[in-house]
Amino acid sequence: MAEQVARKAGDSAAPPRREAGAFLRDPRVRAVLYQILVLGGVILLVAYLVSNTMDNLEERSIRTGFGFLSNEAGFYIGETTFVAYEASDSYGQAFVVGLLNTLRVALLGIVLSTIIGAIVGIARLSSNWLIAKLASVYVEVMRNIPLLLQLFFWYGAISFLLPSVRDAITVIPGVFLSKSGLQYAVPVSHPIHPWMGLAFLAAIAACVVYYKWAKRHQAETGREPNLLLPSLGMLIGLPALVWLAGGAPTQMDVPELATFRYVGGTSVTPEFLALLLGLTFYTAGFIAEIVRSGIVAVAWGQTEAASAIGLSRTLVLRLVLLPQALRIIVPPTTSQYLNLTKNSSLAVAIGYPDLVSVGNTTLNQTGQAIECISIMMACYLTISLSISFFMNWYNKHIALVER
Amino acid sequence: MRRTKWFAAATVAAFVGAAGVAQAGDTFDSVMERGTVRCGVNTGLAGFSIADDQGNWTGLDVDYCRAVAAAVVGDSDKVEFVPLSAQQRFTALQSGEVDVLSRNTTWTLTRDVSLGIHFAGINFYDGQGFMVPADLGVDSAKQLDGAEVCVQTGTTTELNLADYFRAQNMSFKPVVFEGFEESLSAFFAGRCQVYTTDKSGLAAIKSVDAPNPDDYKILPETISKEPLGPSVRRGDDAWFAIAKWVLIALVQAEESGITSDNIDDMKANSDNPMVKRVLGASGDMGEKLGLDPEWAYRAIKQMGNYGEMYDRNVGMESPLGLDRGLNAQWTDGGLMYAPPIR
Ligand SMILES: N[C@@H](CCC(=O)N[C@@H](CS)C(=O)NCC(=O)O)C(=O)O
Repeated sequence: MAEQVARKAGDSAAPPRREAGAFLRDPRVRAVLYQILVLGGVILLVAYLVSNTMDNLEERSIRTGFGFLSNEAGFYIGETTFVAYEASDSYGQAFVVGLLNTLRVALLGIVLSTIIGAIVGIARLSSNWLIAKLASVYVEVMRNIPLLLQLFFWYGAISFLLPSVRDAITVIPGVFLSKSGLQYAVPVSHPIHPWMGLAFLAAIAACVVYYKWAKRHQAETGREPNLLLPSLGMLIGLPALVWLAGGAPTQMDVPELATFRYVGGTSVTPEFLALLLGLTFYTAGFIAEIVRSGIVAVAWGQTEAASAIGLSRTLVLRLVLLPQALRIIVPPTTSQYLNLTKNSSLAVAIGYPDLVSVGNTTLNQTGQAIECISIMMACYLTISLSISFFMNWYNKHIALVER
Repeated sequence: MRRTKWFAAATVAAFVGAAGVAQAGDTFDSVMERGTVRCGVNTGLAGFSIADDQGNWTGLDVDYCRAVAAAVVGDSDKVEFVPLSAQQRFTALQSGEVDVLSRNTTWTLTRDVSLGIHFAGINFYDGQGFMVPADLGVDSAKQLDGAEVCVQTGTTTELNLADYFRAQNMSFKPVVFEGFEESLSAFFAGRCQVYTTDKSGLAAIKSVDAPNPDDYKILPETISKEPLGPSVRRGDDAWFAIAKWVLIALVQAEESGITSDNIDDMKANSDNPMVKRVLGASGDMGEKLGLDPEWAYRAIKQMGNYGEMYDRNVGMESPLGLDRGLNAQWTDGGLMYAPPIR
């Protein structure tokens, strides 16, 4: 019975028996076959390289394996983010310090370059001739000078223009600026501080809830409640309340001049500052262009229609242009964020201890190049994928909702 | 262990994979085929290896490379110099980019045992020191508590620095640069109060790189032992022997009083058995190394003995003006001691 059905189907669709040649000419078969061949080739090549390398490493008795990560590093790192580090800590901990330093400069750079990029991009479309021209000069300059040179420029500017530590500029009492960077007073750590942080987070959550409610309220009544004041009030007020409840500690850790430099308080080093400025201004140039082209890409009729119903220029931008432009802006901006993060590895040139700087030092002290490079690659890959993941999510979130 | 090894190996293709071509024992052959010795040197450290504006390399480390070329290829000019930063040097040697690394490199256990290289000897006994601006008001390294120190990465310097401050129970803040130039300009611009490296390097920096040498001073303390010497890739014993014995021959020549000036006279007339063996007038030293009998003769004739190289590049005849100190012959109370050439 089944045989009969099969033959019937065979009769009508394809000839009952195929020769080998015809089988190979079938595009579907061929597609699979080629993929298998390519895959096999790649596997062979990788296997060859791997075994060749293992042999060579073995022959020259170059050490392999990740065991070194728990050995004592023995070198200091000039600045750390969030975690403490000593020369007696392990290579693994040194890597963490480098990674956090990279994340710090990358995250700050992303936020700042987005803000500056958006402002400059919108400014390029300004009807004010001077503003528009200044913005295009900015974009051209930033995009056409290699980033490395810009980093050297900022670093050089900081180390040549600023006075030496002993003649530091007192910006405001407790804040000192010199070749050694910006040293400023911070509150002496107090058990209430973590609670203030929590209060701030709670305030953010409250703002989100309030914002949702405001939207609904506007949809129902047509009146838009004031957004700015209540949110600011919550963001500042809640932590302030907690601070008061904690006895309002006001003691400050003020930097003081020791023999060579200011000690106490916290500092922003010239290396960090130069890297942050370089990355931010450079990337902002690209983001500005993306923002501009995103806005220009929204059909002109939209602006006309919006003006026709009496919206002000700012409202046209905020309510009509930007929401639509954002859909065009987000994907290319994502790759700028990735670029910024990867470019931060130029830090080694100006002495900022980022992941690559620490990784290279470790590589050189241990000689375990393959391991160190793979750790660095894995870190950058993880950071890049996280950024992409987040931005893709955001992109979906703002995508056109068909109604 | 196996698994980590495989993971490490799998990430390799990017760089070491291609380096696998060099086989044991063939450095000599490829040098002869090429007609030049590829020598890894410093990017620019006066007295050790520095290129002038015509691209002529000079220095103690450079002269050693030339001596190897004279002994092996026959001509001290048959050297390709490959300038390497502290960071790049070992990879360059491991991957076969250079045949010899002669670049003020300290002999340490880790480097010798786990980097896939062999040290061929010591051509300069050094130690690490500190340099500060003269007007800083500091006379001793013990007063450096809390200072900012500019240092180059990938060096023993970086580690000694940490060790020293830990041992003295003092704190400091390192500013670490990958490039030599960058580390120097940061120091000269006043970013750090202290610069640290080998004392020979400090002397070179003070006399040649500093805008005004008198504005800086080198502190008296020597905080480490830095035996600097040339190295070769592991796995090629024949080449290792050549690199080692060329250096020994240069030192022995000084001890035996052979100079680039009197060498022909000595070769023709000396009855001293050691001199005759070194210069190839008797014995089969060259043959044992796989070279011709005049290998050492050529090296000394063209480059001078170790003492001549020293005086010319880092000694009293040079801007560095370093006295022989530990680098004097053992007969003069120094550490230069050539094992017997016999
Ligand atoms: N002897 C030490 C330090 C050698 C070293 O690299 N010194 C630095 C500072 S003098 C240098 O030569 N830099 C030149 C460069 O990287 O081009 C070592 O072997 O690690």
